[in-house]
Amino acid sequence: MPIELLKYGLRRGHRPFRDIPPTPDLRKHYDVVIIGGGGHGLAAAYYLSNHHGVRNVAVLEKGYLAGGNTARNTTTVRSNYLTPPSIAFYREGVSLFEAMSEELGFNVMFSQRGQLTLAHSDAAMRSFRLRAEMGNHVGIRAELVDAKTVQELCPHVNMDLGGQHEVLGGLWHADGGTARHDAVAWGYAKRAAEKGVEIHQRTEVEGFGIANGRITEVRTNRGTIAAGQVLQAAGGMNGRIAEMAGIPLPIRCFPLQAMVTQPLKPFLDILLSSSNLHTYLVQSSRGEIVIGGGTDPYQLASTRSSLPQKESLATGALQLMPFLHNIKILRQWAGITDITPDFSPIMGASPLQNYWLDAGWGTWGFKATGVAGKRMAETIATGRVPDILAPFSLERFSRFELLNEMGATAAGH
Amino acid sequence: MKIMTCPLNGPRNISEFQWLGPVHDDAELTAAALVRHLFFAPNPMGVLREWWRHTPSNTVFIAERNLITDEILRTYLKPAADNIASVA
Repeated sequence: MPIELLKYGLRRGHRPFRDIPPTPDLRKHYDVVIIGGGGHGLAAAYYLSNHHGVRNVAVLEKGYLAGGNTARNTTTVRSNYLTPPSIAFYREGVSLFEAMSEELGFNVMFSQRGQLTLAHSDAAMRSFRLRAEMGNHVGIRAELVDAKTVQELCPHVNMDLGGQHEVLGGLWHADGGTARHDAVAWGYAKRAAEKGVEIHQRTEVEGFGIANGRITEVRTNRGTIAAGQVLQAAGGMNGRIAEMAGIPLPIRCFPLQAMVTQPLKPFLDILLSSSNLHTYLVQSSRGEIVIGGGTDPYQLASTRSSLPQKESLATGALQLMPFLHNIKILRQWAGITDITPDFSPIMGASPLQNYWLDAGWGTWGFKATGVAGKRMAETIATGRVPDILAPFSLERFSRFELLNEMGATAAGH
Repeated sequence: MKIMTCPLNGPRNISEFQWLGPVHDDAELTAAALVRHLFFAPNPMGVLREWWRHTPSNTVFIAERNLITDEILRTYLKPAADNIASVA
């Protein structure tokens, strides 16, 4: 890819090209209908069409391409979770990001600069030690570091926080990184469309025809289509879509808010999080400081922003880096997250035979864009849930086999 | 500033309140419905009845709130009726 890019840059005449084809008319039947034109749905469409030869695929998107949580997340990619199934799954996710620009021929600007999560209490140090050990056991790079190493990794951190939340150490995750969220979705969309996948924007699912435990048709605002297989990857609307298919999901919606500052010269070359302060900071390739944190304190399915939440993000950021106090906020936004009781996603089979779930991504769907798309495509193409997805099944709740990742998320991304 | 009305203290800043989660139907508390009670919390694209607490006065009450618009429609103390689900 870099050589292609260089050749393109040095070429004299630049012919304009269109990455994403315009929305075609709906056909009567598709082998696979994917509900949700975000990163996950587009990645699944890419793997189905490019790796499994399934090309009669329609991606239905209610709004515009990748305009939901794909556009609203804070682009962290990491695998330092707590339970072995999660670590193994996200490890594969990170490895796909490492090769993504090459594979797609599309620069997703993956920058693997490492993530540092700060501990301000003994309890946080204990939980980090556990996460580092679990990570090393499964085969990712995660290590517990002391305060001196924190200062070497990030000299700008205010180590004593006014004596209130002194930094004791941290969890250093060298595999962590960041990528450009829009490019990830566009890259998958472009390569899927080249193989014949149809991308239908402004196409909203309004209901399903169900007979004998199968989805027979998908009703949309642009007409009704018959579907061989259906994949649901609808982000914040996952609960609502599943309800239309008669499937109750253990999902609640909470807004997640973020904001970016005006661009600054590069000074922060790692991803910095604080689990105690519920804040994380990353400097984008444009120089803006992206600030994210925990969800709103109560359930809501709205993308409105609120002053208290933005104040809490700013407070955390200023405690870690007081010198940011004069920096202006450039943009702020919110997304609707679909959160499960154990903070792990739901992937795989549903009670309907030809209906597949990719839901419950809550606060970490972006980092799984590639791996969820790849593994869900494999599931649909073969009709069998691969072993790596098995622990994330919907049935885990009725079997009390939860994958508790609450401690490894809550503003840890 | 977002305002919530505490049944005892009147309109107060939302920062004085703690969200405690949805009001469950007591009839759910059977062994058969345990999984649903524990994990399948209501997530309506509409009005949710939920517990809130006014933290300075430790007043626990019920609010009806629209989960799309964030509009608080009604707040009231738990009625004396045994089955909370029967309250209109």
